[in-house]
Amino acid sequence: MLHTFVAYVEDLPGVLTRVASLFRRLNINIHSLTVGRSEQAGLSRMTVVCEASAEAGHRIQASLYKLENVVEVDDIAQAPSVTRELALIKVAATPRTRSQVFELVEVFRARIVDLAPESLTIEMTGVESKIEGLIQVLNEGEGRILEICRSGKLTMRRGHHTSGVLKAMSVGADESAEVPAEDGAAVEQE
Amino acid sequence: MGTDANTQALNHPPARLTGAEIVWATLVGEGVTDVFGYPGGAILPVYDALRKFPIHHTLVRHEQGAAHMADGYSRASGKVGVAIATSGPGATNLVTGIATAMLDSIPIVCITGNVSSKVLGSDAFQEVDITGITLPVTKHNFLISRAEDIAPAIRYAFQIAKSARPGPVLVDITKDAQQATAIFDFEAAKPRPHRIHPMRKVEESGLAHAAELIKNAKRPVILAGHGIIESGAMEQVRTLAERAQIPVALTLLGLGAFPASHALNLGMMGMHGESWVNHAIQDADLLIACGMRFDDRVTGSVATYATKAKKIHIEVDPAEVNKIIKVDVPLIGDLREVLEALLPRISSRDGAAWLKTIDGFKGDSAVRDIKNLPDLGHLYAAHVIHDIWRITGGNAIIVTDVGQHQMWEAQYYHHEQPRTLITSGGLGTMGFSLPAAIGAKFACPEKEVWVIVGDGGFQMTAGELATIAQEGIKINIAVINNGYLGMVRQWQEFFYERNYESTPMVSPDFVKLADAHGIAGLTVRTRGEVAEAVNTARSAPGAFLLNFKVEKEDSVYPMVSAGSALHEMIRRPGGNDPLEES
Repeated sequence: MLHTFVAYVEDLPGVLTRVASLFRRLNINIHSLTVGRSEQAGLSRMTVVCEASAEAGHRIQASLYKLENVVEVDDIAQAPSVTRELALIKVAATPRTRSQVFELVEVFRARIVDLAPESLTIEMTGVESKIEGLIQVLNEGEGRILEICRSGKLTMRRGHHTSGVLKAMSVGADESAEVPAEDGAAVEQE
Repeated sequence: MGTDANTQALNHPPARLTGAEIVWATLVGEGVTDVFGYPGGAILPVYDALRKFPIHHTLVRHEQGAAHMADGYSRASGKVGVAIATSGPGATNLVTGIATAMLDSIPIVCITGNVSSKVLGSDAFQEVDITGITLPVTKHNFLISRAEDIAPAIRYAFQIAKSARPGPVLVDITKDAQQATAIFDFEAAKPRPHRIHPMRKVEESGLAHAAELIKNAKRPVILAGHGIIESGAMEQVRTLAERAQIPVALTLLGLGAFPASHALNLGMMGMHGESWVNHAIQDADLLIACGMRFDDRVTGSVATYATKAKKIHIEVDPAEVNKIIKVDVPLIGDLREVLEALLPRISSRDGAAWLKTIDGFKGDSAVRDIKNLPDLGHLYAAHVIHDIWRITGGNAIIVTDVGQHQMWEAQYYHHEQPRTLITSGGLGTMGFSLPAAIGAKFACPEKEVWVIVGDGGFQMTAGELATIAQEGIKINIAVINNGYLGMVRQWQEFFYERNYESTPMVSPDFVKLADAHGIAGLTVRTRGEVAEAVNTARSAPGAFLLNFKVEKEDSVYPMVSAGSALHEMIRRPGGNDPLEES
């Protein structure tokens, strides 16, 4: 099944390698991986999407937590969540063929962000299937796709879920405190 | 911590020191008295500063030895062992030793020098990306390029090495960081408290369920692993076993965690476990796994493993739970703490019927036992190890290498106390024993230390004989010399139609080799000479080597071949000649 892990990690050199190496060692191919700053200074948020057996989720989460630089891990799995991906698509289009692309962009609620004599660039945000859909119809159209740049999945649980990062970080201050773990992630479900 | 020198070092007010001095001052503060290492260009500033600090440095002959010595030191004492090496080849030579410690969860800290930070990544002379190389075989590692970061990194490394499931940590320090100065403040360098793994979980309901299963079990077995020793839960396991009358089967690394002479001790389980132990596990209706991880050498085929048994797994590492064997009650936490919470719920139980059944599994095992056969002029390793056990009263620290002799040691040396068997279980590192024994001797100078090693493994790290000579330490070495890479030969015999490809081995005269190092030795060829030779070695003032020329083609029995069910064992042929097929 497809797993989506959200991890808060320390923003330090080599942390990406440590996380990626864990998947490599298990011979798991990472479908997509996004990293960026989070709401916490000094912490990056990673979204890792990979294909692995249902049972592997527990072990991957437990192993991620064993990395010193990993502060919090959430296995989103099938939980209600908002998922988006950003794609930039450059299409070969001349003044003669542009209008067809414009129509598709309109239908898919995408945007043209760059227009050049021989090409144009589309920005599209949405779920994976919607981006796949746009790519498919573009491929069927007249204008050849020159480049695709996709961000990979960005995921956040729905509702009043907080990342629990603050709680996770404060655990260090009191060694005796047992973390109330709901299957690993200290989360509030909606 | 604790010695006067250490306290003194800590009482010094914060002072400006070089990075090299900070390395030693931090180690002193952490209570380190012995390190094992090998100097070189990128670590020279550190070596230059050593004379100012109350730490004994043992010069090894190969950095692999340094890592194994730190490992042996830790296994013997429970303290963190420390190895030091230079950059490049010095650092890569540590890797086998680091991986050995990783697989067996042994806390060691390795400190390596690296080239100056300005030339990192430029393929400078003796530069290697050692933090990259050791990433998968350490719990964590550090690349330090500023003097002020050294003390916090080393202190953090000690904390990581010791905490939860222990393991090795590497601190790589660039040469310019060693040469620069910084304010050394031991207290300020203290790491934030260790974060408990958020997935550790011991619930009331789990404890109640476990107690209920134990109460109702008809055929329970405790599986005792290395975690008992690391957690210091020997008493708790013993109390559980005695109160509920549950027999105890041990893993290789668990040997010593439960007294061998105890009426409830079954012996070692797994590939070369005794037949009744494996039968008991396969017939059990409840397994209580304590600090063990269902390694493949312990389970045999997973599909057929203890299918009738409910399973309680008490384990500190959440990643080990349900990894190999699905368990019914996971209790994820420190073993001693979990057992202390569980024991008040356990009441006395009558286990007599089940113990009698297990006794029945023993059948003719004793008759087949090679050590009970009449002396027909052959010398078997079993005789040698049995005699070493008998004569040392089971009180020595035995450090084994890897292979047949290791399994015979596990079968014939009966360990009463934890930390008296030091052996590479997970990685199975040949060449481990001689350096690990040196580390063990430094950790426990008052204890009798024996190396039991094959002729193959001995030659992998025999250079450390010179270290023994230089340090003038007393270690007894028993080479079980059969002229083969014995365990590989055994597999060739059983599974490769006796095609003894590349396993016969021509070795030097080990007694002469010892002599060249100023170490006395004897060659032993018959059973009748064994006891006297062992006594001679023990009473010799210095290190002593015994070269036991044993039966060339003996095999370790019983054996569960890889992938077979645990109860499907190849047994020693009957009859008077143990090498004759029956």
